[in-house]
Amino acid sequence: MTPLLQIEDLHVWFDIEDAPELHAVQGLSMSLGAGERLGLVGESGCGKTTTALAVLGLLPPTASVSGKVLLEGKDLLAQGEDSVRPHRWVDIAIVFQGAMNALNPVRTIGSQIVEALELHGRATGSAARAQSANLLESVGIPGSRAERFPHELSGGMRQRAAIAMALSCDPKVLIADEPTTALDVMVQAQILELLDRLCRDFGLALILVTHDLPVVAQLCSQAGVMYAGEIVENGRVDDLYHEPRHPYTRMLFAATPGLSARHGEIASIPGAPPRLDRPLIGCPFKSRCDSVFEPCAMERPPLKAVGAEHEAACHLNDRAQASA
Amino acid sequence: MSVLLEIDDLVVRYPLPRGLFGSLARREALSVRAVDGVNLTLAEGELVALVGESGSGKTTLAQAVLRLVDPVSGAIRYKGRDLTPLSSRELRPLRREIQIVYQDPYESLDPRLRVRAAIEEPLLIHGLGSSKAERLDQVREALERVELSPPGLFLDRYPHELSGGQRQRVAIAAALVLGPRLLVADEPVSMLDVSVRAGVLKLLDGLRKSGLAVLMITHDLSTAALFADRIAVMYLGRIVEHGPADEVVRNAQHPYTQALLSVVPDADPRRRKRLQVLRGETPDAIQMPSGCRFHPRCPLAIADCSSIDPELRRPAGVGAGHEAACILLPTRE
Repeated sequence: MTPLLQIEDLHVWFDIEDAPELHAVQGLSMSLGAGERLGLVGESGCGKTTTALAVLGLLPPTASVSGKVLLEGKDLLAQGEDSVRPHRWVDIAIVFQGAMNALNPVRTIGSQIVEALELHGRATGSAARAQSANLLESVGIPGSRAERFPHELSGGMRQRAAIAMALSCDPKVLIADEPTTALDVMVQAQILELLDRLCRDFGLALILVTHDLPVVAQLCSQAGVMYAGEIVENGRVDDLYHEPRHPYTRMLFAATPGLSARHGEIASIPGAPPRLDRPLIGCPFKSRCDSVFEPCAMERPPLKAVGAEHEAACHLNDRAQASA
Repeated sequence: MSVLLEIDDLVVRYPLPRGLFGSLARREALSVRAVDGVNLTLAEGELVALVGESGSGKTTLAQAVLRLVDPVSGAIRYKGRDLTPLSSRELRPLRREIQIVYQDPYESLDPRLRVRAAIEEPLLIHGLGSSKAERLDQVREALERVELSPPGLFLDRYPHELSGGQRQRVAIAAALVLGPRLLVADEPVSMLDVSVRAGVLKLLDGLRKSGLAVLMITHDLSTAALFADRIAVMYLGRIVEHGPADEVVRNAQHPYTQALLSVVPDADPRRRKRLQVLRGETPDAIQMPSGCRFHPRCPLAIADCSSIDPELRRPAGVGAGHEAACILLPTRE
């Protein structure tokens, strides 16, 4: 069966004036089935958002992209903008972190959704208004608030409005980029609950981009851990937590212990991610890793199967295999 | 441990403009009751976390401690002396002893100042350090305390040459260089990457162990649970639950605290839980609900909750020093 969305060997370079090119995404592959929920996690600067934007063809002109983004087998990158445009918002939609930036400040939220519906030929006039009210109701905004401007709404309500707008063309895939990061804990829980319900009710597939592992554990079944522009481990969230096969995954979990941790039981990851504007030699995580050994210095470990639906890019796994 | 800071029945209001028409019509002057009768103490070497959502008044309370906003009534006693009636001239020597670190080190550091100048500036403002060389020694020492060592590596960098965690450490160093006794940390890690949060939290923990009192403001109970000695949970200007950190987390009494705890997701998918999500958002503090402020959102509210304003008290079955404000809790014999 063809997966709904498949990314193959995606590379993104940013052209920076008077500086070497920045290789932000370095050969990323992943796939998403219909109705699946995948978390994409990692620190800032690891290429999560760049990957999301590349899928939607929303990168700035300074970026060059290679690889394939297959939606039901059809490559969205083949003809540049021409091949993405018919699918953007219609099949794949995105919700950004700061909902304020996604909404037009001088138009009411209702009229912005009506515009989206009309622009994509989904409905016009009173039918569009009725559908906009329905969408807002489905994300928990009473129809009476459709006439409000974004600044009249709280952060949580704005995020709901942005989700309603993303759903206006009934997409198959929703990409949520840090959808709860700037929100209070209780409002975060409300948005997570909403995303969970929408995925079930609309059969949406979800890519949740976040640095917050507990949020992924709450909402997603699968996750890919990104580091320095590539996926270093992916698999079921349960396996990633209980049997991580990459030190970075293990250390990320240790840095977000949650309420079950004992007093003071939290570990930071020393150092910082490598610069992506110069070639990486060896394992990109080697300078921060607690289990470095000989091959890490020179050889970049490829992503290899380490179990059922479980892959990791770490030399330690070869060693474990050899000694077994 | 001796008590360093004592907040006593503190009230802070922000008046709302009535407008010309409103004042001509003698409309009632409205105000936001941001902090509405809060009591809290902090001892030397203690780390107390003030937890609440936006609009709970936690940041206003912190600003009042620094006298950045003026309270309407109540007292803030620092080493036994009430700060509220003091003039800004009288406050100046005390400001050295009470310092604040803000949430966003991308905003709080001047992008045009090198690290050495950013940390030296407070010394110049307070007229400390007799010579440039002496001040540089103090700057180096502050950098060592925040574990940016060797200091020589960081002195001449600009903020944009530092990572988020390093910036926050520089901001903390700029507070420490004055030798404070009390540090207010307003969401010190919420803007930082998860990989460096632990480091900054452990740094604050280490400072506390060296005798500094830390008042940490956060909306995240799991952060508070890790290092705080005590946790105070605020809702709409009041402390609704307060006690030793372990007690508050493992034996929460107030329905609001219980709800806040239930929505902290766990990184282990096997402990995935049904979030006990409260409907709606914190109401604004202009139209304060009658009775218990939490009753409109409380899943357990009964009729009496809309008329009785509950007081903080120690209910039956909890440890010493643990108090909650809810009429449904059993009274002690």
